[in-house]
Amino acid sequence: MAEKFDIEQVRKDFPILDQQVNGAPLVYFDNAATTQKPQMVIDALNHYYTRDNANIHRGLHTLAERATTGYELTRKKLKDFLNAESTDQIIFTSGTTAGINLVAQTYGRANFSKGDIILVSNLEHHSNIVPWQMIAEEKGAEVQVIPVDEAGILDMKAYVELLDTKRVKFVAVNHVSNAIGTINPIAYIIEQAHRVGAKVLIDGAQSVAHFEIDVQALDIDFLAFSAHKLFGPTGVGVLYGKRALLEAMPPYQGGGEMIKEVSFASTTYNELPYKFEAGTPNIADVYAFGFALDYLKSLPKNAVWEQEKALLDYATEQLMQIDGLRIVGQAPEKIAVVSFVIDGVHPQDIGVLLDKFGVAIRTGHHCAQPLMARYELVGTCRASFAFYNTKSEIDLFVKALKRTITMLS
Amino acid sequence: MATINETQDELIEEFGLFEDWADKYEYLIDLGKKLSPMNEAFKTEENVIKGCQSKVWLHAEKHGDHIVFFADSEAIIVKGMISMLIRVLSNHTPAEIMQADLYFIDQIGMAQHLAQTRSNGLVAMVKQMKNYAVAFNAMA
Repeated sequence: MAEKFDIEQVRKDFPILDQQVNGAPLVYFDNAATTQKPQMVIDALNHYYTRDNANIHRGLHTLAERATTGYELTRKKLKDFLNAESTDQIIFTSGTTAGINLVAQTYGRANFSKGDIILVSNLEHHSNIVPWQMIAEEKGAEVQVIPVDEAGILDMKAYVELLDTKRVKFVAVNHVSNAIGTINPIAYIIEQAHRVGAKVLIDGAQSVAHFEIDVQALDIDFLAFSAHKLFGPTGVGVLYGKRALLEAMPPYQGGGEMIKEVSFASTTYNELPYKFEAGTPNIADVYAFGFALDYLKSLPKNAVWEQEKALLDYATEQLMQIDGLRIVGQAPEKIAVVSFVIDGVHPQDIGVLLDKFGVAIRTGHHCAQPLMARYELVGTCRASFAFYNTKSEIDLFVKALKRTITMLS
Repeated sequence: MATINETQDELIEEFGLFEDWADKYEYLIDLGKKLSPMNEAFKTEENVIKGCQSKVWLHAEKHGDHIVFFADSEAIIVKGMISMLIRVLSNHTPAEIMQADLYFIDQIGMAQHLAQTRSNGLVAMVKQMKNYAVAFNAMA
């Protein structure tokens, strides 16, 4: 582990950052959409296809052995990363969305019945709303919503009241809001849900890149997240689940890998985690993802959080000085995300012009239309930071934003 | 009355005067601001084209042999694009609009706004303008 956080070195580790976009140095502030990849991850992908590529788990030859070992090593690294009880509880999916759908379609289908309530929050991304609406409709259950206040904080009093109806079977909430950055009190949310016997799925898509999650300490039932938001490749997701829950769940998709024995009379299913990994998985990207975890581990402890906190504070302070700018989401507990609107200006226009200045932010509803409706907004502009961003990039962004506002008004 | 291609060439010439992107966009924003306001009565659910980030409204009427378009958007840069599309396509016959090859967008360096198919509804708007031409042509 490095002694000191060396930003110059860190930026060199992410080769994509060093480029010009539209004639200006790239300022990449769309990390909540996807993070950039360190050289180690890019090299690992190259290495895998150059030296080790083979199908896993079945082949007896050397390449199959290497590919299998590489793939399973990432599972081991994830077990440590999450402090999971065992590698069997780490299931590879294609992303957060796939993990949530897996739980909805297996746990949900086996356990929900008419009149049950599935709770989501007003802060959710569509991918943690729609899968629950689909299974609720099928089973005659109901999706209800934990309200959010003006600042972007979930109403825990209303939450407990909803739980006290004794009808809540399941709670699906994000750890961190993708649209406005609020960090939700998941320890309390889980504890309260368990008090009434409800299970909880945490959408960790926006939190895993920012702070450590200990699934045992938090007593998490299910956790889903994506590798690409954690400095790893696209197309890989992780679903963690408690062993007893995963074992009781029926398989999701049928095919190779997930079976023990197949005959036309009957088929027996493989054990965890393979029961949920039908077909040839995304071997190369899972393998390379392990290197993203290694990279994070090599950074000094707390460096990520400290750097991001400094960026958040600085950006907030700079943006607040712009006339007509309003920050959406002012919860005291936030990750390094600033969502904002400007009086009389459509977010899309800001996004288009900032891009011309080399600045990449996200504009729109952030796949959280119910949250936008709550604040009566068509969308926001969202700048989201990672530890490889700098204050001087924020200066470039603020300067470009001021020029953009002048052009538009 | 200029032909569709004559108007496109005019626009290419106008944009050719600008040296940097900021001047181009300031001109585009200005075109957006000057777009004749659309009658609120035309901003119906039927006339809306929903982009992922902004809406476009499009209404068409037949005036004699010609189609006249009216449009609006929530976003000013999209409005600038709309203003140019109306200048190029409005007041032409259905046959002329159906056959139009809109090469000016690429040549003035604004193709990116048509590439962002999900975000702004412009591609769907161009398609809809052509659909109106097909429909009016069939009715004639």
